[in-house]
Amino acid sequence: MRPFDFVRPTSVDEALAAWEDGAAWLGGGTNLVDLMKTGAVAPTRLIDLSRLPGMRGIEVLADGSTRIGALVGNSELANDPDFAGNFPMVAEAILSGASGQIRNAATVAGNVMQHPREAWFHGPASDPLAGDTGKLAVLGTDGAPAAVNPSDFCVPLVALGAVVEIVGPDGTRDIPVADLHRMPTADDPRHTTLTPGELILALRLPPEAAGFAAHSRYLKVRDRTSFAFALTSAAACMRIEDGKIAEARLTLGAVAPRPWRVAEAEDLLKGQTPGPEVFATAAELALDGARAVGGNDWKIDLARRTALRALDMAAAGTPAEMPALPASVFGTQRKEPAHA
Amino acid sequence: MTDKTKITLTVNGTGHAIDVAPRKTLADALREDCGLTGTHLGCEHGVCGACTITVDGAPVRSCLMFAVQAEGADIRTVEGLANGPDLSPLQQFFIEEHALQCGFCTPGFLMLIDGTLKQSPDITDDELTEILSSNLCRCTGYRNIIRAARRALDHARTTTEPAA
Repeated sequence: MRPFDFVRPTSVDEALAAWEDGAAWLGGGTNLVDLMKTGAVAPTRLIDLSRLPGMRGIEVLADGSTRIGALVGNSELANDPDFAGNFPMVAEAILSGASGQIRNAATVAGNVMQHPREAWFHGPASDPLAGDTGKLAVLGTDGAPAAVNPSDFCVPLVALGAVVEIVGPDGTRDIPVADLHRMPTADDPRHTTLTPGELILALRLPPEAAGFAAHSRYLKVRDRTSFAFALTSAAACMRIEDGKIAEARLTLGAVAPRPWRVAEAEDLLKGQTPGPEVFATAAELALDGARAVGGNDWKIDLARRTALRALDMAAAGTPAEMPALPASVFGTQRKEPAHA
Repeated sequence: MTDKTKITLTVNGTGHAIDVAPRKTLADALREDCGLTGTHLGCEHGVCGACTITVDGAPVRSCLMFAVQAEGADIRTVEGLANGPDLSPLQQFFIEEHALQCGFCTPGFLMLIDGTLKQSPDITDDELTEILSSNLCRCTGYRNIIRAARRALDHARTTTEPAA
C-alpha cells in the first residue's frame, strides 16, 4: 500500500480545510482500506472523521424527519429498536449486507459511498465485458456495460425518499439519495454526484417514511444466502387503507448504477387491491427498458420476479421480528405478522 | 507523507506503546508490534474472518482497519480469553466438541463467538448460523463449531461459573 498523510481533525471546519486533491475521507474504512490494498485507489492523504463531534446521533427532528449522523454504525442503526420499528425494511437491508464484523465497523455514510465492486475488482482501466458480466447493470446505462451500485442500504433509502446532508467549501446542501449515484464515464470517473471535498454530515428520512412500517420488506437474492452482494434486490412498501393500496413504493437494487425507483409501478399500484395480478403488472413495468449486457438476460427475469415477490411479502405485512436470515427468501421461520 | 506515528493500543487491558506507519493495519500491528500473533491473517480482504477481534466489545475484521483507527479503543484478542493456564468456557467447549482441526481459523471464530456471547447471548440457532457464516473454516464443516458456540451461549446465559 502506498504511504499517505494521516490527519485526524476534531471539527468539520478543520476537516474541510484538511481536504486537498488526492485526499480521501476515512469513516470505518471497511471499503476504503480494501480498495487501498488492491491499489484501486491510492489517496495521498487520509482524513480520519472519527473524532468529529455530533455525527453519531439518531434523532427525530421537530418536523418529524429522522436524522442519522454520518458516523452512525451500520449495526447500531439496524439494531436501534425505534429506528427498526419505524423503518423495518431499512434495517432488513442493512442486516442482509456484508457480515456482522463489517457492519460493526462500517458507517452509514461509508455505506452509501461504497465503490461499485466489479469496477475496482477488474481495475479501473479494464474492459467490463472481460469480467463476470452476469452482475453488470441492465437498467440506466443505455446498454453500456456498467457496474451496479452494490449497497443494500441505499435501496430502501431511495424508496423512502431519503436525502443526504452535505457540507463543502461553499456551505451545506441537501440532495436526494436517488440523485447521489451516477454511472462513471471516461470523462468523469466519479460514481457519485458529490464534488471532491464535499463531506456527508447526515442522512435524513422524511416524516411520511414511517407511514409504511406495517407493510415494508427488503428482499435480496444472492449467490449464497449470507455474506454476498445482491444479484437482484427490491425494497417494497405500501400503506393499505380499507383493503386498498393508498400508496406504494418500489425500488430495485443491483440492476443499475444507482438504486432504481419505479414511479410508474408505484402509480399503477395506487388505489388497487393488493394481489398477485396487479403486483405482476407492476413488476413487469419495473423492468421496462431493461437491456441485457454480455449475456445477463437472466438478471432481467430475476429482477422482475424479485420485485413481484417483494411486493407480495410487503402486502403480507412486516414480520413481528427480524428474520434470522434477513432479506432472504429462505428466512421462512416468520412469526405471526404484526400488522396482518 | 506521515512517517511512523507513536500510538498506544490497549489490548486485553494492557497498553502497548508502539511506533507505526498510518498504513499499517490493526492486524499487522497486533502481530508485529505488539507481539500478539494469536490473531491470524487469511485473505486480508475482509472475506475469511480469521483476523476477527473485538474493538469496544464488537467483533470486527482487524485486516480492514488501520492501527491508528483503534487508538483509545478497548481491543480484545484471543490471547485475552484464557486466565493464565485456565481456558475460557468457550475455549474448553471448542476442545470438547472438536471444533477445530488445523486451528488457523480458530482465533477468529473464538473472538466472533466471544463478542456475540457478550452482545446477544439469547440468539436462536438460525441466528447463530447466520452470525458464524461470516467466518470460513475448511476443516470442520462447521457443525462442531456451532455445537461449541451453542454450549458457550447456553453456559453464558445460565451461569457465571467457569466450565468444568
